[in-house]
Amino acid sequence: MAAAAAVSLRGITKRFPGVVANDAVDFEAAEGEVHALLGENGAGKSTLSNILTGLYRPDEGEIAIRGHVVSFSSPREALDAGICMVHQHFRLVPPFTVAENVILGDHRGEGRKFSVHPRRIERRVAELGERYRIAVDPRARIWQLSLGEQQRVEILKALYREASILILDEPTAVLTPQESESLFETLRVMADEGRTIVFISHKLNEVKAVSDRVTVLRGGRNVATVATSEATPRSLAALMVGHEVSLTERVERLVEIGEPVLEVDDLWAMGDRGTDAVRGVSLTVRSGEIVAIAGVAGNGQRELAETITGMRRPSRGAVNVEGRALGGGDARAAIGAGVAHVPEDRLHTGVAPSLSIASNLVLKSYRGRGVAKGPLLRLRTIRDHAARLIARYDVRGGAPELPARRLSGGNLQKVVLAREFEGSPRALVVASPTRGLDVAAIETVHRYLRDAASSGVGVLLISEDLDEIRALADRIAVIYEGAIVGELAAAVATVEELGLLMAGGRRE
Amino acid sequence: MIRIERRLVQPKWLSVAVPVGSLLAAFVLMGIVLLFTHHPPLHTFDRLLRAAFGSEQALNDSLVSATPLIFTGLCAAVAFRMQLFNIGGEGQLYAGAILGAAAGIALGDHTSWLSVPAMIVAGAVGGAALALVPAVLRAYFSTNEIITSLMLNYVGALVVTYLIFDSESYWRDTSSPTAKVFPQGKPLPDAASWPVSHVGSLVIPFGLLLGIVIATFVWLLYGRTRFGFEVQVIGDSQRAAAYAGMRTRRKILAVMALSGAIAGIGGASQDGDFRHTLDPRGLTAAAYGYTGIVIAALARYNPFAVCLVAFLLGGLQNAGFTLQGADFPSGLVGVLQGLILFCALGGELLIRYRLRFVRTPRASEAEAPA
Repeated sequence: MAAAAAVSLRGITKRFPGVVANDAVDFEAAEGEVHALLGENGAGKSTLSNILTGLYRPDEGEIAIRGHVVSFSSPREALDAGICMVHQHFRLVPPFTVAENVILGDHRGEGRKFSVHPRRIERRVAELGERYRIAVDPRARIWQLSLGEQQRVEILKALYREASILILDEPTAVLTPQESESLFETLRVMADEGRTIVFISHKLNEVKAVSDRVTVLRGGRNVATVATSEATPRSLAALMVGHEVSLTERVERLVEIGEPVLEVDDLWAMGDRGTDAVRGVSLTVRSGEIVAIAGVAGNGQRELAETITGMRRPSRGAVNVEGRALGGGDARAAIGAGVAHVPEDRLHTGVAPSLSIASNLVLKSYRGRGVAKGPLLRLRTIRDHAARLIARYDVRGGAPELPARRLSGGNLQKVVLAREFEGSPRALVVASPTRGLDVAAIETVHRYLRDAASSGVGVLLISEDLDEIRALADRIAVIYEGAIVGELAAAVATVEELGLLMAGGRRE
Repeated sequence: MIRIERRLVQPKWLSVAVPVGSLLAAFVLMGIVLLFTHHPPLHTFDRLLRAAFGSEQALNDSLVSATPLIFTGLCAAVAFRMQLFNIGGEGQLYAGAILGAAAGIALGDHTSWLSVPAMIVAGAVGGAALALVPAVLRAYFSTNEIITSLMLNYVGALVVTYLIFDSESYWRDTSSPTAKVFPQGKPLPDAASWPVSHVGSLVIPFGLLLGIVIATFVWLLYGRTRFGFEVQVIGDSQRAAAYAGMRTRRKILAVMALSGAIAGIGGASQDGDFRHTLDPRGLTAAAYGYTGIVIAALARYNPFAVCLVAFLLGGLQNAGFTLQGADFPSGLVGVLQGLILFCALGGELLIRYRLRFVRTPRASEAEAPA
């Protein structure tokens, strides 16, 4: 890397009340380089990128762009300096067209004019899409696009503004393996033109596949910057967590598969937009078995989980638990029948965030005999119950009276799991149970799920993380546009085959 | 440089210190207003406090002013706890006053043992019925309850005025020729007068005691029961409530009915405790419902704090009435009330955030060539 540093951060420190998010971080990325920023959740990756894009101001340290020290007082100044970011949650306006979104906030060029010329912008957007092989119809409206296509729009936005430094925050979360491949190719082309790509991730394989160098953050500090060619996934993982780890590998369980506990038969349900989100799903989960639903985000997984657990009314079809049909759209009935649910959005669905941990641990059992006496609650019993579960499930930093939102993601998930397991479920529907958790917490959650299956619960695991699915599942069903397009035994499933199915390709 | 940071822990003493501090700040700001309008601040405050709490007569009058505010304050607090913004306490109070007066008149002059409970029930039914209109619209058609309940206040005001001034209704006194020319409500029979109790030289209206009983009931209901637990969960996260299998729609209906019923009893108390007739002019001029919203906000939805704040604001209102004249504009108490609310809501910020004073290490001096 002889080229001049396109970006260099020196001694960046950013404090938030109670935490030092970045502690004297040095970071340098050269022109024409794909530089990965690797770290667990809470390692300070997002803070660092927010400083680079002008959203936060550092407490200490300085930023230099191509050798000049700068101080951004707003994201607009960072944009002017050629820094663009593709956020994990896209910053797009759904009812607007691709072209309109591209010029949105572009206060220098086309977007500044009183009247815009859609034709010209559309032509330019089409041109860029062509050149970088990320073509999107410039006249399509954002809401009509898949998440993968929306990501392309974000990248087009950066290209249109002639950004020289592009930051991508976990860009592959919404992509199939094949789509990720093609994203990497696009990034390479951009880097070869002399742009700087900062690629934020916690997935080691991707970092290995796309980057030239890797900077590993841990606990807010830069623990290492290494050339990717000299690193192995194992050595990176060790840097990331600070000690040797076993990568999520398949752990064999003693499986005693029993009777079907959860049977879904030709289930249809509408999404929030009023279109069919779940289209004729049929599947069976037997006692002791972990069945995974793999798929790219937004293919009806959330709606499927909600319909099975009674939060959403099916338009057709049936859900049977241990042979008995559940009334559709009745969460209380599903809970009563022994269907536990670990929802995707654990902070606002899985718990009531401002209520105490104790209250959240009885969120589903508050009607029961042990917790209530007539209309009155047994407050002492509730508190003792909470103290017991906090100890048993090792909820760090937890106290019965503490509001649930004060827990970290991993510990919050332990609270949800503790509550769901306490209800002695027959079937367990878990959606993205480890999203946003660090390696240690992922291990714990996986262990709990395996234990649940071993004790005879039928587990339906809905996840976008193929590593997780391959580590846990006995069978894998792939969902695409609300329908199951294939089912494989986990032992024989390959990533390529799963990826093909996730993209809607049929099995031969 | 001042920085605002989120507090990681909220110390207990703050929840007392901040309201008291806000109150003091409001008085300081009020002092500035008084200076600008050429009223000596300290002297004015002295008069105000004396007129509110300084003598037996003043205290008794303040208790009278506080009574309806307890009801409307609880009405707002009960609904706001579930993020259900019932702004209709005003109209629900009228509805309670209408039905309460009807019950009092209909039962005639027999016994208070029958008339008083009947008026309470009738008032509650009236308030609840009116509150159920926005409740049903919200629960089944996702209509914004703020708008619908607010609009019903105007309906309520027009109906209660119509009953006395624009019709020969059951409530209107038509017994004498003068009453026909100068419309007024039928006087309620003596049996419909609510009892008073005496503590020393203080006269405690029955409605005040009833309000405190209801406050206790609400406190128990929300803190100790399954119903209250569901209200808390729904108020915090509707999705979590749906996830836990709670019946949110029913809860919306129940909470709005409860909220309306409390305001309605407040209306019946106006008939039975104080006015002894259906008095549209007095009721609509007083704007108890809107003051109740202010009280609920100041009390941070705590039912006992509602009683306390109602007494405080009731006292100030009472003092305003007593003192208004050439040297004391009637708007001054309103200004003070507004300032108190303003400071209290500003003070909320201090409960959740803290200010940190930092010496500016770098602001623009780090700006370098580009």
